[in-house]
Amino acid sequence: MRFLNLLIIFIFLVSHVKAQIDPELLRQAPKNTDSLKLNMDAVYDRPFLHLGKLPVALGGYVEANHQYLGENGVTEGHQFQMRRLTLFVSSSISKRIKFLSEIEFEDGTKEINIEFASVDFEFAPLLNLRGGIVMNPIGAFNQNHDGPKWEFVDRPISATQLLPATWSNVGFGVYGKKYTNNWAYAYEVYLTNGFDNKIIENTENHTSLPATKDNKDRFEESFNGSPLLTGKVALRNSKIGEIGFSYMGGVYNKFEEDGLTLDKKRRVNVFAIDFNTNLPKLNTYISGEWAWVTVNVPETYTEQFGRKQQGGFIDIVQPVLKRSMFGFEKATLNAALRLEYVDWNKGTFRSTGGNISDHVYAIVPAISWRPTPQTVIRFNYRYNWQKDLLGNPPSRLAGFQFGFSTYF
Amino acid sequence: MNLKSFRVYAKYKSLLIGSLIIGTIVACKELVPDPPADDQILDGPVDGLSGEQKIKFLRGDVAFNDDIFTQETGLGPLFVANSCGTCHAGDGKGHPFTTLTRFGQNDANAGNTFLHFGGPQLQNRAIPGFQPEQIPVGATFSNFTPPANTGLGFLEAVPDAILFALADENDANGDGISGRINWISVPPYCLIRPGTIIKNGKYIGRFGKKAAVYDLLQQTANAYNQDMGISSSYEYFNTYDGQEVDPEVANQTVLDVVFYLQTLKAPIQRDQSNPEVQAGKHIFITINCAKCHIPQLQTGDFPIAALANKTFFPYSDFLLHDMGPALDDGYTEGSALTSEWRTPPLWGLGLSKNSQGGHYFLLHDGRAKSIEEAILLHGGEAQSSKTAFQQLSPTDKGKIIKFLESL
Ligand code: HEC
Ligand code: HEC
Repeated sequence: MRFLNLLIIFIFLVSHVKAQIDPELLRQAPKNTDSLKLNMDAVYDRPFLHLGKLPVALGGYVEANHQYLGENGVTEGHQFQMRRLTLFVSSSISKRIKFLSEIEFEDGTKEINIEFASVDFEFAPLLNLRGGIVMNPIGAFNQNHDGPKWEFVDRPISATQLLPATWSNVGFGVYGKKYTNNWAYAYEVYLTNGFDNKIIENTENHTSLPATKDNKDRFEESFNGSPLLTGKVALRNSKIGEIGFSYMGGVYNKFEEDGLTLDKKRRVNVFAIDFNTNLPKLNTYISGEWAWVTVNVPETYTEQFGRKQQGGFIDIVQPVLKRSMFGFEKATLNAALRLEYVDWNKGTFRSTGGNISDHVYAIVPAISWRPTPQTVIRFNYRYNWQKDLLGNPPSRLAGFQFGFSTYF
Repeated sequence: MNLKSFRVYAKYKSLLIGSLIIGTIVACKELVPDPPADDQILDGPVDGLSGEQKIKFLRGDVAFNDDIFTQETGLGPLFVANSCGTCHAGDGKGHPFTTLTRFGQNDANAGNTFLHFGGPQLQNRAIPGFQPEQIPVGATFSNFTPPANTGLGFLEAVPDAILFALADENDANGDGISGRINWISVPPYCLIRPGTIIKNGKYIGRFGKKAAVYDLLQQTANAYNQDMGISSSYEYFNTYDGQEVDPEVANQTVLDVVFYLQTLKAPIQRDQSNPEVQAGKHIFITINCAKCHIPQLQTGDFPIAALANKTFFPYSDFLLHDMGPALDDGYTEGSALTSEWRTPPLWGLGLSKNSQGGHYFLLHDGRAKSIEEAILLHGGEAQSSKTAFQQLSPTDKGKIIKFLESL
């Protein structure tokens, strides 16, 4: 409810400001178009509205869509969905202290999350302190997840069902960047609250990092008192592109309570690689990430919950028309393709030695149209093949998704 | 491009885009995957259910397939799997990964002497922090691979008198095939069917591989309790410490699942008009396979109209047969001998691979990796039938297999 009020005030403020104040005062914050921007810059690299000389900037994005999907011949018919509405508020507290918060409403108001709310102190370019609710820098999508940046209606399966995007936690950390002529180097290290036993005790019926997000107490207290370490190094060359290596790991189970040892410490470890590049001449944009997950599952638990998982996606976006369309001066029409794969249980059955399946493949061709860089209208066809644990004939899901996403 | 032709182009283009969008919305239905043919899957209700019954069926379907139990919702502490659907994927036969073990009774009359060691069922998995059971020293045991659970409503609707009449305990007709009833005790919560036959206070068992279960309610309440560690008001003793505990599943849910099992359709035979399949069926009958695997049975009156007074084709007599020493594990239930097994229905046999991960795991413990291997492991009362099969020409063997695959 509090969030709802906040939303109303926010919308009131924006509309009011827009109606009352001389539009001259409302200026879009200059967006840094530096070719050396990294995924880690995404949180601040968004269109914000500045209100005159106020040190506060507002922004947000919204996405909605229609879909018609069918699984094995059974469809839920036409579905209209309000996927998310996200609001950002940022402020420069002083020249080198800034604050940003991001609040997300998913599926109407079914889920309301603070995705990000932290204060950054810059001591030196190579040493910034960040604290509050931070986004764990695992892979690239988690940090760079705004809907308007992507040509696809759905978020990648590997980002939301293998990795837990959007995954943020309370914690602290440091980060830094260094630039040379054509290169940018960056690092980030955070200690935050982390995972819990939902990883292997969930109704997904497989090891699931995202299941931890069901724990509503996780912003209030750590499940087991042991912090989650997340670290990333990234490297960008202005001509070649960006590559990032990230790690996230910690203990997920409750090994101790009231001073009594209940179990040994069981860890979850995630390693991810992400990259993105723009092919010269063709202007093709390619991005992707791949993640490997290992979870220490008790021997005596069921093999349904895997010890190893992996998956990722690759997006290929090809602008095919770039010019004035329907009166939008710099409109772009893109053809895009996403290939994705997640295996939730890499391993073999103890009973037969046979392969454990529990995986999904998907292919998503898309057409997207951007009247402006900050708005995308997208049209996707999705085809998923998903196999159960035993590797029985796959269930096939396919259909159309049509939607838009825009910053405002 | 001059201005005029660009305008024409633009107009044409919006028309194109517009018709593209409308076209695809119309085409939506065409571009989603087709459902698999009805005879290729086991899930789905019997024909002739009323609207209310379909709602109940769907509720049971969800509870059976989608209710995944966790520690929070009562799983364990000791268990074998965390949902019905895990072991009975697509309502079909299971995989060795979900095979369960029972131990502790090696004599038809002595009952299970290992109940205080966690018998009869081994809960070989545990929630974190707990230790699963192990087979106690000195206990004999059998492994049970999950059977398909289709068409079971028809079996429940068969009058006792029919099963009683099929039994030929002392082989009065001298064909070497007897067929016995497993006389069992029935838990107090089972509703006794009209026309039930009682012998010395015992009832006819018809479900389970040893035919030691009276009805689908007993099977379901037991499965919740023994397979998943979920107690109910029917079966309320915890498998971990034997204590009486609060119900972890609602009666309504258990009854919905029972209704779902009752109204799951019977597998539909494929390729019935194929001459090889027809020839195979003929040989199947001539070499006496059909003496145990009886092609058709008849239901009697039953509260669910769709199941009452129907002919169905299970290829089973649902009676116990001595299958010889090779299939004798030294473990039993009720009054069955350790060498006796209930004839499994053969309907749906050809679809087994689709729920067993692409391989056959046949016979009670999944030891047979092909249909032929399953036949060759027959002994005891089925010995002469098996020998007759072995003496068939390869083409005739092929025809029988083809027929069995069509079921
Ligand atoms: C651990 C795996 C497992 C789970 C979980 C499981 N079953 Fe079973 N099920 C089996 C096995 C193995 C058998 C064969 C047991 C026997 O014959 O005695 C069986 C037998 C059955 C049968 C009897 C079929 C017949 O032909 O007589 C029914 C009905 C059934 N299960 C329903 C259920 C329901 C309902 C649930 C959930 C409440 C469930 N099962 C959960 C493994 C499982
Ligand atoms: C005396 C009765 C009897 C006769 C005769 C008989 N069977 Fe069986 N059959 C059984 C029993 C009982 C089982 C289950 C044994 C077990 O699970 O260990 C079985 C199992 C099978 C199976 C495996 C089914 C499954 O779901 O795992 C097949 C296939 C089969 N029989 C085919 C045949 C064929 C073909 C013949 C004729 C050559 C035949 N049977 C003759 C009683 C018989």
